[in-house]
Amino acid sequence: MTAIRSASFTAFRAQLLRDAFVLRKTLRAFMLRTVMQPALTVFVFAYVFPRIGQGIGGDGGRGASDFSTLLVPGVMATACIFQGIQAVALPMVQEFGFTREIDDRVLAPLPVWAVAVEKMLAGALQGVLAALVVFPLAAVIPATDVHLSLHWPLMLTIIPLGTLLGAGLGMAIGTTVESRQVPLVFSVIVIPMTFLGAVYYPWERLEPIAWLKWAVLVNPLMYMSEGFRASLTKGIPHMGLPYIYAAMIGYTVLLGWLGIRGFRRRVIQ
Amino acid sequence: MSAEVITTTGLTKVFPGGLRAVDGLDLAVRQGEIFGLLGPNGAGKTTTVGMLTTRVLPTEGSAVVGGVDVVAQPARAKQAIGVVPQTNTLDRSLTVWENLYFHGRYFGMSAKESRAATDVALQRFRLADRATSDTITLSGGMAQRLMVARAILHRPRILFLDEPTAGLDPQSRLALWEILGELHADGQTILLTTHYMEEADQLCDRVAIMDHGRILALDTPASLKRSVGADTVVHVTAEGDLDGLASLLAASVEGATKADVVEGVVQVYLRGANGVLPRVVMAAEGGGFRVTDLSITQPTLETVFISLTGKDLRE
Repeated sequence: MTAIRSASFTAFRAQLLRDAFVLRKTLRAFMLRTVMQPALTVFVFAYVFPRIGQGIGGDGGRGASDFSTLLVPGVMATACIFQGIQAVALPMVQEFGFTREIDDRVLAPLPVWAVAVEKMLAGALQGVLAALVVFPLAAVIPATDVHLSLHWPLMLTIIPLGTLLGAGLGMAIGTTVESRQVPLVFSVIVIPMTFLGAVYYPWERLEPIAWLKWAVLVNPLMYMSEGFRASLTKGIPHMGLPYIYAAMIGYTVLLGWLGIRGFRRRVIQ
Repeated sequence: MSAEVITTTGLTKVFPGGLRAVDGLDLAVRQGEIFGLLGPNGAGKTTTVGMLTTRVLPTEGSAVVGGVDVVAQPARAKQAIGVVPQTNTLDRSLTVWENLYFHGRYFGMSAKESRAATDVALQRFRLADRATSDTITLSGGMAQRLMVARAILHRPRILFLDEPTAGLDPQSRLALWEILGELHADGQTILLTTHYMEEADQLCDRVAIMDHGRILALDTPASLKRSVGADTVVHVTAEGDLDGLASLLAASVEGATKADVVEGVVQVYLRGANGVLPRVVMAAEGGGFRVTDLSITQPTLETVFISLTGKDLRE
């Protein structure tokens, strides 16, 4: 039994190695798809708006700077969700739709659930890269100051947790939807999640719209944005940490479980 | 008799919706043989291979492959098998060389071992000049060769091939037969499925003829053909009551052992082929039938299939 456990572990590691190898091979495409979305968000909201004096924080002073500061963690959380979709969900849809390339990895000497876990772990590692990419963008692009103050213990737990959550969401979606439903994934899941995920505002400030404040509690991205905000900023309100951790862990476990179940169902008849 | 490397007992798969794709299969494949599952599409061949290779969960029964129960210990069973599935499952993100190299790593080879094994395999399967190509640029025959190379890279005890030559041009088919022959000579145990009777006849030591999830006959190709009880088959196309013609010919042609109607053609099984055609024509016309076409063959596995099921192997 121990022999097969060690063979399974070796196969798991080799599959991670394969994913890292493919990532290195396609680094340019990875960077493009990873940088574009956060770069444009930061550019429009933290550079264009303050410069043209429009919209939120348009006075170009403290308000604008505050907004840029609260936006950056939200953009990072969004990057993790996007990575989960792009690095896990879309490849899985393609996989089960027609290519079936993963067959060879499924037939390696490890349990099928471990292949799904490997895929999510690889997606999460890409999510970490995607989140880290936001730092230089936030340093270079905004026209106003961005006041980040890093809380290391929070950051070192929230970022891995957030990227795993994103990868779990990707696996759950990727093993459920058919390829022709992919456009729906964006309009029905990703876009509402990001617009209503406390990316552009702290959750607490939804107070005047009570129903919305309650409704967004189902959105995992909301907890991620709040968590990233707690890890990276000072003086901006965020939800209590126990709630953030409980919800993020809960969603990671739930989505990861759904993802593994979906993967098994797609792979084993 | 050599050791058995695959044994199934009462292996059954019922799909949701009630389709009994495989129905109580008892099978024993011996070390070192090429074993063929021959049958039409939908006979349950692919489902059988799926169960033996851990990708389809049996509804009932058991399967032991390379000494490992595939349901209880799928990860261990996967160490003992190499699989060439029906569709191209090459890793499109990797080159030809990388496909083999990473496969070796999945199966526990060190980087050095896998590199060496990959180089040897590319030479052997005549793919060395395509080492750095993307797999999507390969022709069907080359992709199939690469899949076989990949499946045996980790030296599995049993190689499974599901319809390995379906969709290949005749030249690539012959090339693949040659490769399988070489592997067989090296002692590789192979289980393949096919709906081409020539393939089963040419390649396999033993053949199981399957239909509707059951094995109808299992033996060497030669014995299967002998089991028809005839050395000649005459196909008679005629007008009128064909069932009547069949019984007439079975009764009145000397040496006839039986006669059936298959897809609008009367097939007469005979022993002793000398002067048989005039005798068939005379008997038919004596009974008032007008014969419009006539042909003569030796029994093939297809004949065996027809005599077992009363239908053609092709669809």
